[in-house]
Amino acid sequence: MSQIKSLADLKKKREEIKTGLDLRVKAIDPENHVQVKVAMATCGIASGAKPIMEFFVEQLDRRNIPGIVTQTGCMGYCFAEPTVEIKLPGKDPVVFGYVDLKRADLIIEKYIKEGELIDGIIPVNYETIDSKE
Amino acid sequence: MSRYNMHILVCGGTGCHSSQSDAIVWNLRDELEAKGLTDQVQVILTGCFGFCEKGPIVKVMPDNTFYVQVKPEDAQTIVEEHIIKGRKVTRLLYRDPETKDTVGDSKHMGFFKKQLRIVLRNCGFINPENIDEYIAREGYMALGKVISEMTPQQVIQEIKDSGQRGRGGAGFPTGLKWEIASKNKSDEKYVVCNADEGDPGAFMDRSVLEGDPHSVLEAMAICGYAIGAAHGLIYIRAEYPLAVHRLKVAIAQAREYGLLGKKIFGSDFSFDVDLRYGAGAFVCGEETALIHSMEGLRGEPTIKPPFPAESGFKGKPSNVNNVETLAAIPIIILKGANWYNKIGTEKSKGTKVFALAGKINNVGLIEVPMGTTLREIIFEIGGGIRDGKKFKAVQTGGPSGGCLTEKHLDTPIDFDNLVAAGSMMGSGGMIVMDEDNCMVSVAKFFLEFTVEESCGKCAPCRIGNKRLHELLNQITDGKGTMDDLNRLRNMSLVIKDSALCGLGQTSPNPVLSTLDNFMDEYVAHVKDKKCPAGKCKNLMEYYIIPENCVGCTACARVCPVNAISGQRKEVHQINPDVCIKCGACKEKCKFDAIIIR
Repeated sequence: MSQIKSLADLKKKREEIKTGLDLRVKAIDPENHVQVKVAMATCGIASGAKPIMEFFVEQLDRRNIPGIVTQTGCMGYCFAEPTVEIKLPGKDPVVFGYVDLKRADLIIEKYIKEGELIDGIIPVNYETIDSKE
Repeated sequence: MSRYNMHILVCGGTGCHSSQSDAIVWNLRDELEAKGLTDQVQVILTGCFGFCEKGPIVKVMPDNTFYVQVKPEDAQTIVEEHIIKGRKVTRLLYRDPETKDTVGDSKHMGFFKKQLRIVLRNCGFINPENIDEYIAREGYMALGKVISEMTPQQVIQEIKDSGQRGRGGAGFPTGLKWEIASKNKSDEKYVVCNADEGDPGAFMDRSVLEGDPHSVLEAMAICGYAIGAAHGLIYIRAEYPLAVHRLKVAIAQAREYGLLGKKIFGSDFSFDVDLRYGAGAFVCGEETALIHSMEGLRGEPTIKPPFPAESGFKGKPSNVNNVETLAAIPIIILKGANWYNKIGTEKSKGTKVFALAGKINNVGLIEVPMGTTLREIIFEIGGGIRDGKKFKAVQTGGPSGGCLTEKHLDTPIDFDNLVAAGSMMGSGGMIVMDEDNCMVSVAKFFLEFTVEESCGKCAPCRIGNKRLHELLNQITDGKGTMDDLNRLRNMSLVIKDSALCGLGQTSPNPVLSTLDNFMDEYVAHVKDKKCPAGKCKNLMEYYIIPENCVGCTACARVCPVNAISGQRKEVHQINPDVCIKCGACKEKCKFDAIIIR
């Protein structure tokens, strides 16, 4: 292990290891980050949600988008799996259906980066008790 | 490279540790391994989350799911349901004690909502045995900043401007203490960390050392730079084995990185830290006694002056600060005095950690800005009184403090307000009492503690407290007189004025404050020979209501001293001279015929 000999050394060291803690730091204020929730119930996993989730984790990081990728249970849209819910800071969540790698890429490029909606959105047709708070 | 998309934080504080949180970690890791998820999910053993009431705690990030009272065998369910299927395990979620609803996200828990965590910022967030996680949270940046960019005078000025006051109990301004130590010239100086946490029910220092040991090491080095000391000593009680272990790990890691040792950050400043173990004597929390104990002498206080800042460890100038005081220093340096002094009240800046204990729903460790009211702490963060009982009093400041009552609930808490209300901040223990607590017994309990812990050096403390304790015993035995109450007060005031050190000077406080606030209870014990809370055994009488007794003989059979007599199917009687008030008969009676009067 190399010794830390100056403030610059320490800062460099911090940059190297910071990402390891990013996930926890972002979770302090999730509302200020892009939140991606991949439906990972049995139907979701069967239709390939797992690689989609890995894609989001990897690509958000690679494209420098501060985001939180989590999994959720079945959202009920089993016909449209894999489904992904995206919540941009300050906006209502939007659910995308039939997400494959190509669509996932499009979602990042168009919706997450530009805020532009793309096809295949499943309209929100329910309220949760959380939203009534 | 493995890319974790989930972190499972498991509390590794002493409380959760003793409820097998280690086994939870092993089981989680085994389970993840079996499911092939080790490269996606990281399991981290952290420090205390503070919510000890419902430990062991497991928190899943990034969705902030907060599982309580987790057992090692729950690991499988958590992995299969939450990690793989994304469904929160409802049965392990925290339930709001009032609405009974589950709370999925720790952000919505009343316990955490009102808190502001500065000292506890990393507790329950990082792995305390990994220096990298501390560095990732800007650890050692403050030390780097002071060594590279500030003069010792600037550091002292910054701490003075921040308005921080020592968290050990008395509330002496930290910056001023440093300044005095820095002005005393000597070839050697010492930075001493007082980790001899002795108040019954207080465990904030232990939790900081267990959850974020590096913050204390960094602060000690900063202090060393400011006052010109090259040696740091942590006086820690040997009963804190986990904290000792984490400190040792932290010191070794910091040395390996060159953050402790010679020529830190390439400068001429050298600083290293060693541990000194205490045997757990309460008086050794007093700084002169602490220093004597470190020197291998008896843990007895000496008269100040000379203050440790002039003549401390081995007669050299020494600066003694409490753990909680030190843990805030790095943040004050990084964020600036003007950030810190905006938090809190006019004369008490920053936040304070309180250990909630007693008859309260959320027993645990909390941190709030100075000026938060007792009502907010007890009823909002603490979740109110257990079993829906009525709040009676809260004891702050441990055996040196006093009892505050309902009329103090809306007082903003800070050093001065607590003293004005007849109590003190102390180290921040808060013991909540409900209607079932007898206040005379409470005073007796705390006095028993100080009598036992008195070092015996000065007469007021050694003899006076003993006599106070005897008087209280007489009162709870029903042998007290009204004269005794006056004697209690007079003797308390004399002890306060004449004892040598802080222990003796504050030990009568529980007596005085209960006399002030609960005189009616004392009078009931003395005049009516009754204990209103029904706690004092010798003032209780078990009595059989003739109308309810059917003569089943159950009580007579269970009585261990044969105090109950009576024929089958006839009314029974209890002989009060024989009865030892064990309550066995009352428990046994199916007809509610036995009462305490």
